[in-house]
Amino acid sequence: MEFSRRETLGLALGAAVMTVLPLRASASVVDDRIAEFTGGAEMADTGIELTAPEIAENGNTVPISVDAPGATAIMVLATGNPTPGVATFNFGPLAGSQSASTRIRLAGTQDVVAIAKLADGSFAKASAAVKVTIGGCGG
Amino acid sequence: MNYKALTAIAVALSLPLSAHADADDDTLVLNEEETLVTKTAAPAHLSDVMDEVMSGWHFRSDETQALQMDDFENPAMVFVDKAFDAWNTVEGTEEKSCASCHDDVEESMAGVRAVYPKWNEQAGEVRTLAMQVNDCRENQMGAKAWKYTGGDMTAMEALISVQSRGMPVNVAIDGPVQSVWEQGKEMYYARTGQLELSCANCHEDSYGLMIRADHLSQGQINGFPTYRLKNAKLNNVHARFKGCVRDTRAETYKPGSADFVALELYVASRGNGLAVEGPSVRN
Amino acid sequence: MASGVKPRVKVPKKATPGEAITIKTLISHQMESGQRKDKEGNVIPRSIINRFTCEFNGQLVTDITIEPAVSTNPYFQFEALVPEAGDFKFTWYDDDGSVYDATKSIAMA
Repeated sequence: MEFSRRETLGLALGAAVMTVLPLRASASVVDDRIAEFTGGAEMADTGIELTAPEIAENGNTVPISVDAPGATAIMVLATGNPTPGVATFNFGPLAGSQSASTRIRLAGTQDVVAIAKLADGSFAKASAAVKVTIGGCGG
Repeated sequence: MNYKALTAIAVALSLPLSAHADADDDTLVLNEEETLVTKTAAPAHLSDVMDEVMSGWHFRSDETQALQMDDFENPAMVFVDKAFDAWNTVEGTEEKSCASCHDDVEESMAGVRAVYPKWNEQAGEVRTLAMQVNDCRENQMGAKAWKYTGGDMTAMEALISVQSRGMPVNVAIDGPVQSVWEQGKEMYYARTGQLELSCANCHEDSYGLMIRADHLSQGQINGFPTYRLKNAKLNNVHARFKGCVRDTRAETYKPGSADFVALELYVASRGNGLAVEGPSVRN
Repeated sequence: MASGVKPRVKVPKKATPGEAITIKTLISHQMESGQRKDKEGNVIPRSIINRFTCEFNGQLVTDITIEPAVSTNPYFQFEALVPEAGDFKFTWYDDDGSVYDATKSIAMA
């Protein structure tokens, strides 16, 4: 039987990913942060793209990028971290695009959420599930 | 069926979580310019145990691999910048900097990392790059030695490694270093710790398998010092060795000790022919 | 000031008027999250870069609010419009009150 690298990773994860997440931020903290940013407005599910790896080799350094054409700001939250805040990107008049990339910490397997405030005052939301693998010997 | 395959099967059967996770076939191109040799024929002294040696880069995810392919993406390069400043900074009673004797690091250090550890005739000993750096600091500059695994040292090792990137690792194993090399080889195959594991159990018999959710590589050190995502800093060879030995639940040797110098020489020689990659990016 | 903080910035040397260019930045910083404990079990206080800004000739490109989930040695990549030749100014704000900056000039191709 032959497995591709990706399938293999998936198999290994099935067996070995930690399913218990200590210190998870409570849903209400995440909701509060979102409400603070949107003022409680509805969020469309188009208009923003969030790119993150399906499987992160190490939760210490997970590359992500966000892109929301025309947005004035994008907030990123890690819903499974002890404190969910990651970063808020505000775009000025000389932004070449309303996109950015960074590297973030994820305390375990969880959903990362990005919310854009669009130029017309409306909001859009995208989320990505990231599986965080445990280490080899040392963990 | 050869011995290695049998061993691999034996290990696979004994580890319930193991799965095959062979090295990938990606190509390491640096800054869209230079292709580095990350797989090559095993050096002659390994010919009866393996056919091919390969860099730990092949055992990492695409995202981690990408971090090493561009000198701006590579977080280690900010420490190379710092070491470049240190190279030109006068320190110690002799009022010298590295540059006072070695001038331009790009010229004077080209090829140096590729041949270390190496014999120092004057001192009559095998020296690692870190030992040589500290010898310069203490005896040429009149400055305090750096901590063997500290940030100043790993950054300086990274700066020196960059000047040899792409050159094949080529450490000598015979002549005056032979007895030290033999000592290192013995250590590599000696089972140690409460888990009774030798270096070879993981990195020769079982590379390509999973250890928990991580990949077992050949344990090559051509990429050192390496920026590990795990601790978000540069790590030199002896710091990594210490972690490995600790994980076999053994008392570890001290970084900079004669034991680790011997082991480094032997492990480096297992990567003869691979490109110098330091500073690499690993998990 | 946190010890040995060093910024790195990558900006193209030239652009055409109105071009959107890619900028990459990284600064060496521990980004102590405030979640970790020391050997004695005491919480290590939070100490991070909490804000990063990029301006071109005094006009804002991006202003980023940073929280403890951004990785050690924070890295940002983004795009900037370059209407004319001039200077990019990059500023990082540390929790301890330190401010680090870097400047890069760009010419018109």
